[in-house]
Amino acid sequence: MVATYDTKTDYKVVGNSPIRHDGLDKVTGRAVYGGDVKVPGLIWGDVIRSPHAHARIKSIDTSAAESMDGVFAVLTHADFPVADEREISAGEDVVNLKRDQANVMADDKVHYTGHVVAAVAAIDRNTAQEAANKIKVEYDVLTNVSDVDTAMAEDAPIILESLVGDHLGEDVPNTNIAKVFRHEFGDLEQAFDRSDLVIERTFSLSMIHQGYIEPHNATAVWAEDGNITVWSSTQGSFGVRAQTAGMVGVPESRVKVNYVEIGGGFGGKTKVYLAPIAALLSRKSGGRPVKLVMERTAVFEATGPAPGGKIRMKIGVTKEGKVTAADTDLIFESGGYPGSAVGAAAICVFACYNWPASRITGYDVLVNKPKSAAYRAPGSPQASFAIESVVDEICEEMGFDRIQFRLDNAAREGTRRGDGVQFPRVGLEECLIATRDSDHWNSPLGDAPAGKARGRGIATAYWMNGGGKSTCDLMLQDDGTVMMNEGSADIGGTRASIAMQAAEVLGIPAEDVHPSIPDTDSIGFTGVTGGSRTTYATGLAAYNAAHKLVDELKDRLANLWETEVDKIDFADGMFSSDGQTIGIQELAGRLDPTGGPVTSTASVNPSSAGAAYGVHICDLEVDLATGKTDVIRYTAVQDVGKAVHPQYAEGQIQGGAVQGIGWALNEEYFLTDDGAMANKSFLDYRMPTSLDMPMIDTIMVEVPNPLHPYGVRGVGEVPICPPLSAVVQAIHGATGKRYYDLPVKPGRILEATNGN
Amino acid sequence: MAQVFLPYALRKYAGGVEQVGMLADTLGELIDKLEAAYPGMKRHLVVDGALKPGLAAVVGHTATRRGLLQKLEDDVEVHFITAISGG
Repeated sequence: MVATYDTKTDYKVVGNSPIRHDGLDKVTGRAVYGGDVKVPGLIWGDVIRSPHAHARIKSIDTSAAESMDGVFAVLTHADFPVADEREISAGEDVVNLKRDQANVMADDKVHYTGHVVAAVAAIDRNTAQEAANKIKVEYDVLTNVSDVDTAMAEDAPIILESLVGDHLGEDVPNTNIAKVFRHEFGDLEQAFDRSDLVIERTFSLSMIHQGYIEPHNATAVWAEDGNITVWSSTQGSFGVRAQTAGMVGVPESRVKVNYVEIGGGFGGKTKVYLAPIAALLSRKSGGRPVKLVMERTAVFEATGPAPGGKIRMKIGVTKEGKVTAADTDLIFESGGYPGSAVGAAAICVFACYNWPASRITGYDVLVNKPKSAAYRAPGSPQASFAIESVVDEICEEMGFDRIQFRLDNAAREGTRRGDGVQFPRVGLEECLIATRDSDHWNSPLGDAPAGKARGRGIATAYWMNGGGKSTCDLMLQDDGTVMMNEGSADIGGTRASIAMQAAEVLGIPAEDVHPSIPDTDSIGFTGVTGGSRTTYATGLAAYNAAHKLVDELKDRLANLWETEVDKIDFADGMFSSDGQTIGIQELAGRLDPTGGPVTSTASVNPSSAGAAYGVHICDLEVDLATGKTDVIRYTAVQDVGKAVHPQYAEGQIQGGAVQGIGWALNEEYFLTDDGAMANKSFLDYRMPTSLDMPMIDTIMVEVPNPLHPYGVRGVGEVPICPPLSAVVQAIHGATGKRYYDLPVKPGRILEATNGN
Repeated sequence: MAQVFLPYALRKYAGGVEQVGMLADTLGELIDKLEAAYPGMKRHLVVDGALKPGLAAVVGHTATRRGLLQKLEDDVEVHFITAISGG
């Protein structure tokens, strides 16, 4: 049975935008990030990476590095314990330890350019780098498998020989296709037959990177007693603990991960890359603390991008404007090891419409590129690009109004997703109506200057939002303020949004709840900050902990007032009974005779943060001579359930939209023929900056999530999804041409418009 | 009776049908009954006495966090889908 709530409406704290508790530390530079960590006796680690995309390691000669002055340890894959091939649940994620270990440091093969082959620990960073460069690796270079077509060809070189693919439930050896799965409902053939228009298109997408500012880092100490302490920039300390413990072969309770601030992650900091290396180097260095920090080039080359790939999309409609059937093949690049976001893409791809019949076939395909990782609503942006592009084409072909068509076919309560699951109350219809009524949609596009053309695009998207395990502890102080420990890494102001939910229950100002994020020894398990789950799930833990605190205070007060607990009421921070009243903060100073400190703790494991829908409008100008594009107006409409901290919710929407715009226009892994990334710096990997963007306007629709007492839904992920198609449809509006390959960079526009 | 929406790959065990009705108090009991009715199905759903890693069971509208112990109400829908985590 899933708990549902009658949503509260009279808020005192929730819905305001107080200054974040960690704000001052961050703007003054006092906040400690992974790169700032300094501990006594610190030495540095460095790694060498493969120059080849696909090669067998014939030999590694570490003797020159080992004999250098100042070198304490050299590490290869042979120093790792033999890990289990089985998939295990490690916290929130499914981990195949053997493969993840081989991704952290190559075993007998390298699977992508930049794959770590060996590591060194030395007295300082320069010495470590010099020693790493002295390691000689002999490779047998193999044919590079650069894309899904090559990977799926019958005679394709096999990247991971031990892989047994799961193809619709059948075990298939000697394949690069790790998984083929399908969701199919209804009579597809009959549904397409009764369509008045069927459009089928194929789309291609490049891998792209999350582009967080702070590079990966880790510092670790493997102490003489066998306990390991880690500091690492991560979206989830418990994930680092589980993965590190598994890869180095110790129980999780032997690993303590200290929280450090994180300079962006967007999904890319849910996997570990450096912590197990730092830990093993520390052990080989006699327990000295070892620190590693990636260069930007390594971040691009070797840490999880979002998958590229191909999508085939076929949609049928009637002339009355009703959808009939949809069929898609989602073919995603997993990178050098299995595990792309294709499963999530399959859940999202058809979730904006009510289909009488649908079929989704997903392919998880290995290629010689870095192992893909989560990136903000993983899989949904790619899926949204494909379906919304075809929907736009259908609307143009049939003369349908682009919003009315979506309204007529919108997913509502009771609609089934493409995987068959029925929706509870969702807010797509409200988002579409808000879009239709918005100033942006009702304003003219305006005339373009000479030599330029304008277009307007619109697109919708869905993300399912996660739930999962979270813990929160509250400690009432004598002065009436509250210390709060919670386990979620703070990426988007979640200390504030979680503290505000406790404050709302307690009836005290948000400023009087002081949040901290302790190490993994000092707080109950809490999953990653990801999946748009944190304000929802950890907020729910804070809500429950606050109610427990109130219950305990009622017990204490019953003693003071010599009455029964059930005769005491609590509302807006005040206890009352039989004409007596006392505020929670005054009561805090009178607790000593009632048993001393009052604390509470709550752990939760809710299922889902409620469906999120977004609808975006993009106005864009194209320079017809150069193909340069400028977004001139942009509006993002989103169902946020309840915006706990509206300013931060808006910031999430704006940030997601800008990342999606970059995905549409500029970003790509530009690979050479031998599989090396040619644009592995922020100079060449073109992400939008504030100078490129107009103000992103937001319209927050609030359709309360029945699974949360305040109606909170996840906010952070769905805004990256609609821009891919909204932007590209705007370019279509400006140039009259259709674009099926991302990014739609100036060269592609000129190619389409001039045949150049 | 729970309504079980069979994953595409498992429909071959049940003669190709999309959906079957099954009387069971818990998800674990339901899977055992599926196996009894359609031998071969369970190994795709359960490993070492728990839901297979990477698999999520949706009971009603949401993925259950109670695994095989999840209680099933009358007429509830059960789906087996790929477990996912976000970014």
